[in-house]
Amino acid sequence: MFSWDLLANAVVAGLLLGGFYAAVSLGISLIFGLLDIANIAQPAFVILGSYSAYAMNDAYGLDPILTGILFTPAFYVLGALVYRVYYGSFERRGDESLRGLVFFFGVLFIIEVSLSLKYGVDYRLVQTGYLGKSIDLGGVGIAFRYLVPCGVGVAMTAALYLFLGRTFYGRAIMAVSQDQAALRLMGADPVQIKTIAFGVGIAASSLAGALLISIAPVIPSTDRDYIGRMFAITVLGGMGSIGGTLVAAVILGVVESLMATFFGPSWSLAVSFGILLMALAVRPAGLFGR
Amino acid sequence: MNRTRALIGVVVATLVLVAAVGLIPVARAADPIRIGLGMALTGGLSANGKPALLAMQIWKDEVNKKGGLLGRPVELIYYDDQTNPSTVPGIYTKLLDVDKVDLVVSGYGTNLIAPLMPIAMERKLTVIGIFGLANNEKYKYPNYFQISPTGPDPATSTATGFFELAAKQTPRPQTVAIVGADAEYPQTALVGAREIIKRFGFKTVYDKTYPPSTVDYTPIVRAIKATNPDILFVASYPPDSVGMLRASHEVGLQPKIMGGGMVGLQFTTIMQSMGSKLNGIVNYDYWVPESTMMFPGIQEFFKEYQPRAAKEGVDTLGYYLPPYAYAAMQVLGQAVEATRGLDQQKIADHIRSHEFSTIVGKVKFGKNGEWAKGRTLMVQYQKVQDGNIEQFRQPGKKPVLYPDELKSGNIIYPYSAALK
Amino acid sequence: MRRTGLVLLVGLAVVGAGIVLATVRVNPYFYFAGYVILQYVVIATAWNILGGYAGYVNFGTPAFFALGAYTAVVLIQWVRAPLPVLLLAGGLVSALLGLGIGYLTLRLRGVFFSIATLALSIVLQTMIMNWDYVGGSRGLSVLRPSGPPFGNYVVFLFTVMVALAVAAVTVARFIERSWIGRGLAALRDNEEAAECMGVPTLRLKLFATTVSGFLLGVAGAPFPYYVTFVEPNSAFAIDYAVNALAMPMIGGTTSWIGPVIGAVLLGTAQQLATVTISSEMNLFIVGVVLVAFVVLAPEGILGLVRKLRGL
Repeated sequence: MFSWDLLANAVVAGLLLGGFYAAVSLGISLIFGLLDIANIAQPAFVILGSYSAYAMNDAYGLDPILTGILFTPAFYVLGALVYRVYYGSFERRGDESLRGLVFFFGVLFIIEVSLSLKYGVDYRLVQTGYLGKSIDLGGVGIAFRYLVPCGVGVAMTAALYLFLGRTFYGRAIMAVSQDQAALRLMGADPVQIKTIAFGVGIAASSLAGALLISIAPVIPSTDRDYIGRMFAITVLGGMGSIGGTLVAAVILGVVESLMATFFGPSWSLAVSFGILLMALAVRPAGLFGR
Repeated sequence: MNRTRALIGVVVATLVLVAAVGLIPVARAADPIRIGLGMALTGGLSANGKPALLAMQIWKDEVNKKGGLLGRPVELIYYDDQTNPSTVPGIYTKLLDVDKVDLVVSGYGTNLIAPLMPIAMERKLTVIGIFGLANNEKYKYPNYFQISPTGPDPATSTATGFFELAAKQTPRPQTVAIVGADAEYPQTALVGAREIIKRFGFKTVYDKTYPPSTVDYTPIVRAIKATNPDILFVASYPPDSVGMLRASHEVGLQPKIMGGGMVGLQFTTIMQSMGSKLNGIVNYDYWVPESTMMFPGIQEFFKEYQPRAAKEGVDTLGYYLPPYAYAAMQVLGQAVEATRGLDQQKIADHIRSHEFSTIVGKVKFGKNGEWAKGRTLMVQYQKVQDGNIEQFRQPGKKPVLYPDELKSGNIIYPYSAALK
Repeated sequence: MRRTGLVLLVGLAVVGAGIVLATVRVNPYFYFAGYVILQYVVIATAWNILGGYAGYVNFGTPAFFALGAYTAVVLIQWVRAPLPVLLLAGGLVSALLGLGIGYLTLRLRGVFFSIATLALSIVLQTMIMNWDYVGGSRGLSVLRPSGPPFGNYVVFLFTVMVALAVAAVTVARFIERSWIGRGLAALRDNEEAAECMGVPTLRLKLFATTVSGFLLGVAGAPFPYYVTFVEPNSAFAIDYAVNALAMPMIGGTTSWIGPVIGAVLLGTAQQLATVTISSEMNLFIVGVVLVAFVVLAPEGILGLVRKLRGL
């Protein structure tokens, strides 16, 4: 059953979804894309962000996005700490892929369990004034529930892009991902730079988590649904490319949306990951990779 | 050589450890009756599993307060099955062969009961199943009994009430859209729905499923809206129930009747968050605080359950699964008392041939251990307000529309009328 | 050659011990727990052939394991095939998958390969969820055959798994000590340099993915008979992915002994925790153990032993 109206709506829904996916994947884009650290626990940090948003919303009625922004410094510190532990324990190259994965799985489990011990296993949602509303633009309906997270996601992407391109530390992060020795020669400490990068990546998940719980109910194990998507988007977009992450996220969102509208949603995940597999086979560097 | 020694050392140490710890049975009081079970305390079904276990513990405490079963104290030995069927064989073997339990009860959910069936049949155990859907259909084991009001045809139990209600309306709705998650219960419910749709002669205009980790339900809802169905039957798990409902409000999908098998809309936290968005939805349920559902003992049960649930951080109202978990133990306990012993076969024969009075009403078992008469409720959310959980403790917000013998209110039809 | 003869003898002795245990019939719980631990020995050993020897971290272990299990399901549903056929078929299909993923990821190194295997797992799971013949997302009940050796089917599966574990370890040891193992080690340390030296990196990589896949499929093939109810969520559970990584890491990835140590230790710990602590704390403890090992003993137990020896 095809109609232009349906197509337009599907594309727009996909774009909005993509913006949200970008927000969720930004941390990984930084940590995995630039630093080559396979932080499998990133979705757990996002869920941690969701729960902080829930806690503040439940107790004080705070808007989740506000909570997300407020908690960013705390998440930054947490990320820096985690990185220090990670860094302190690796000695030689080659094994760190495996060791990193195991370490971060451990962190993922610890975070998940801590959340279920504190908040139980019931589904948590947030209440806001604007989430239930939607607007209509010439036949295309747009729900605030997706519009706001998309907007925040695009803003986060832009902010991170500017940070990496225009600020000293941002450029240092780009440098450390390309040539550590040269960076040292320039007087910057690679470990400190990487700590900052990791911290920023985790800080992003505070806001991403707030967006997540605005869209859908969460329980501690919701993070597992996002492991695949995050890495797929980063790889598809190209390692080290923040803009690429946004593009890949939007592609994934639109593909999912079109599949769900016209062909039946059952295969949408398989199609997304199938695209990733093909991309890896044909052009492993991704769309905009270095 | 040192590495081999390391290996041998580790293996020996482990075997000793296994023998020591794994074979130490759970410490116990004087000559108790031990009932063992696995339950989903972590994983996807834990939101229901934990309240169910709490209900069983409440039963145990009450029985012990009254002197126990056959004059002996009752002990409940349970392990977490992690919502993972592969843990079930190991757990029940430990319960039976190490902890030496006298009786077993199943875990919660079709997937966790299924691996128990071969063990039960092999060792001739009487098993009471908690909310499994058609677990005994393939095995036809005579000593299996199901506690869930789905009745003799579990797959169609949800759809029957829903579509019967639809068929009764005038003018009679014609077209149906069905949609559901790619997961156990929703798939079974959809199979049942297709059968019932054929029986009633409705015309299917949309029939698709979605993966459970879907984030955005808007495209699905739009596609459904494009087919303009009179009836919308949804079989979903909590995150998707919420997602579908929110999306349908945002898109403005208003069939004449909507709902069916949406799991999660009965949960306290979700009812509280969704509030007035629930209005008009006709959905399955198992217990609601309506006058027709006030069976003997049910009020006392909730008085005991609700404070304890709040303390343990599980579903605070407990209107969904807990009464049935309690009733399962009631059936077992009454059978033990009636047969004056722990003989599995005698207990099974007694359960099969008697009617039981439980806090969820009179229970009688029929073919394959299912309830002789199905009693899955169809309720409709009416006049629900936002941000008020207390309203759900009172009758009137979820009147029972089906079955007739438990009916406590009338349907607001079409769906859009209930939204005002 | 004498060494190999000795090893084979030891292997046979272990299998013999398994058979004796089965006949003697200790507490039944032992066979259920033992089956899972031995299954993990096979999984960890299989994973390590690709991950430890060749350095390619497979993140999609569930795909191979579940494919072995579901191949068995298909054969059981279709022709009630006997167990040896299930084992062979499961192994072969997963081996083909390994070969396929090897070809597909020809030019992928390091973490890209891992991401590809993760994507593979998700795609495969979606396919199985939509295939009604094997139960789809509802799952399928599988009846164990009657009249098993040793009188009880799980006891029989236990001895089968003992034999499979011995076989897997033997294969791993053989690879490790042969020119294949040396080639894989060169591949792991520096793929470009190895290529320049004339090491047939491509063929070795395909060999490793195929053999690893084969063994993982063989580990999965008896699973339907053990659990009697197969459904995609538990067959593709992330636990297999994590354990396949963690067990070799904990034991040590450089030798065939490492995965065995890791599987026995972590597997036993998990089995015990399921029937003792039995709550969220299980997962918490697993998490802490993983982090602790990475931080304190990154080379695994073998590495610790080596260090102590060095002192």
